[in-house]
Amino acid sequence: MSTAAFQLRAKVRAVTDHTVTTLAILATILVILPLAVIFTYLVIKGAASLNWDFFTKVPAPEGETGGGVANAIVGSAVLLGLASLIGVPLGIGSGIYLAEFGRGTKLANAVRFTADVLNGVPSIVMGVTAYALIVFPHVSYLPFLGHFSALAGGLALGIMMIPTVCRSTEEMLLMVPHAVREAALGLGVPNWRSTLSITVKTASPGIITGCMLAFARVAGETAPLMFTALGNQFWSTNLNNPIAALPLQIFNYSISPYEDQHRMAWAGALVLIVLIVLAVSLVRFVTSRGVLKGNS
Amino acid sequence: MAHSEIRRYLLSRGNSAVTDLLFKVLMMLCALSIFAIVALIAYQLVDKAQLTWTQSGLRFFYTAVKDPITGQAQYWDPVNGNFSAVPFIYGTLVSSFLSLLFAVPLALGVAIFLTEMCPGFLRSPLSFLTELLAAIPSIIYGLWAMYILVPLLRQYVNPALVNVLGWTGLFNNDNPTGDGYLASGVILAIMVLPIISSLTREVMTAVPHSQREAVLALGATRWEMIRVGVLRNARIGIVGAVILGLGRALGETMAVLMVIGNTPEIHKSLLANGATMASVIANEFAEATSDLHRSALVEIGLALFVVTIIVNAFAQLLVWAVTRGAPSQAH
Repeated sequence: MSTAAFQLRAKVRAVTDHTVTTLAILATILVILPLAVIFTYLVIKGAASLNWDFFTKVPAPEGETGGGVANAIVGSAVLLGLASLIGVPLGIGSGIYLAEFGRGTKLANAVRFTADVLNGVPSIVMGVTAYALIVFPHVSYLPFLGHFSALAGGLALGIMMIPTVCRSTEEMLLMVPHAVREAALGLGVPNWRSTLSITVKTASPGIITGCMLAFARVAGETAPLMFTALGNQFWSTNLNNPIAALPLQIFNYSISPYEDQHRMAWAGALVLIVLIVLAVSLVRFVTSRGVLKGNS
Repeated sequence: MAHSEIRRYLLSRGNSAVTDLLFKVLMMLCALSIFAIVALIAYQLVDKAQLTWTQSGLRFFYTAVKDPITGQAQYWDPVNGNFSAVPFIYGTLVSSFLSLLFAVPLALGVAIFLTEMCPGFLRSPLSFLTELLAAIPSIIYGLWAMYILVPLLRQYVNPALVNVLGWTGLFNNDNPTGDGYLASGVILAIMVLPIISSLTREVMTAVPHSQREAVLALGATRWEMIRVGVLRNARIGIVGAVILGLGRALGETMAVLMVIGNTPEIHKSLLANGATMASVIANEFAEATSDLHRSALVEIGLALFVVTIIVNAFAQLLVWAVTRGAPSQAH
């Protein structure tokens, strides 16, 4: 190759290198941009409508201004409570199995794989399943079946929590050093006791944040609630009745024709996102500080 | 990972064998419940979709229904009881592929920047921000898309597209709302981007440093190092990441429901209204009056379930093929 051709080639390579670097930086900016835009709008439009009424009153009738989403906030809390009754024990239990008993076994790999696949199943499918299990069947001696209810919504959300809780519990337990387990066993502590009071307890900050993450994920779920919990304009904490939920309320407000209700939708979205960002930041804080490696 | 010798010895002594076994079985039952749940979902969906299945069979997924009275081909007509999933399958495919078209190049760019170019002090905050993008609920994306994105598209982007690319037939000016396939493709792209980019980062960090150093030692520029040393080694995992993003896009409900227009029709124009499999279930399930209508919706749900299971399983295998054995540096 002649010197001139070689120099040209070197130049082309350098230019390509710079172009790619610029493109990568541009892509990153383009990705951060929607985040910034969404947050700006949420804060500007949402904060303007936040007031004491928003947290203490039930929704105003169609077409009237004012009112709040107190019932939806309480409803969401009830639904999340129900969901964690299902999701947290099953998730933590299967996480303990994966990390403590099943390491390297075929069964554990299959469970892990299924959990990851279940994680990718659309939430709307969970909603249809909960509908088929609870809302659809009519059994005369089981009064909680056969109609829309908080129970059905909680079931749909609970199933969605299991894979997330399971996988994060496993990850956290794997970070606990072997020496800790062996020390407990060496003192004559039975294995189940050492697992629960030593290993799980050591990893508990991580496990709790894992649960928070699952919480944050299902807290914003709307689709599976649309035909299970259904939503409610009034106060209700009865598990047997349709119940309001914050994401559902945001949806109903956002498609309504009234300007005042759009305002409320933005405010609801702001409340939801603040709760979620808090949870995610906490997870980040706990996992990055390595609480587990310290003397927790 | 096998237990150490010491641990095995410690476990073998003592007199708590029964409680230990009980505990192990209990935890195993929790783990097995995950299989049970998948089986339960499958059973319930198949059971409740029976009605449509016996009536239409596989035709439900590929042909229109001929109305016996008017003789016209109908896709989705709850009033007369004609059901076919074709427009929803079409809508799902179009919006998902549009979203991948937008998201994949951007996600690759972000992943390359964060793993190979980013100065150390920026890496942590930037990856946190992309993670945050994944944590925003679908409903908030939908709200934002409905009130900010769609008006923007309606006012500026769609007219420009019609002017410049109208001759392709893909952009027609007959929908004044701004809703449609394109709007849902854009919002889906924003939603699947963090998934694709974080998984791509995971597989890229799994590539050993020696590969990078070897290519650099041959006198490569940084881009050549990334192309030859990193992307080529991670390509299977990157494909897996893209497919996982596709799985998410296929099942996304709320944001799409709010911007796609919800009409059970098929249009060539990307600016036209449509509906996806997930959005039609969300839109009509609670108000479905006839058993047949509900069972048709459940069958669409079943199809969605089967497709996402296959897509996710396939993608998971691809990602594992790359990251297996590598130290986990994802977080």
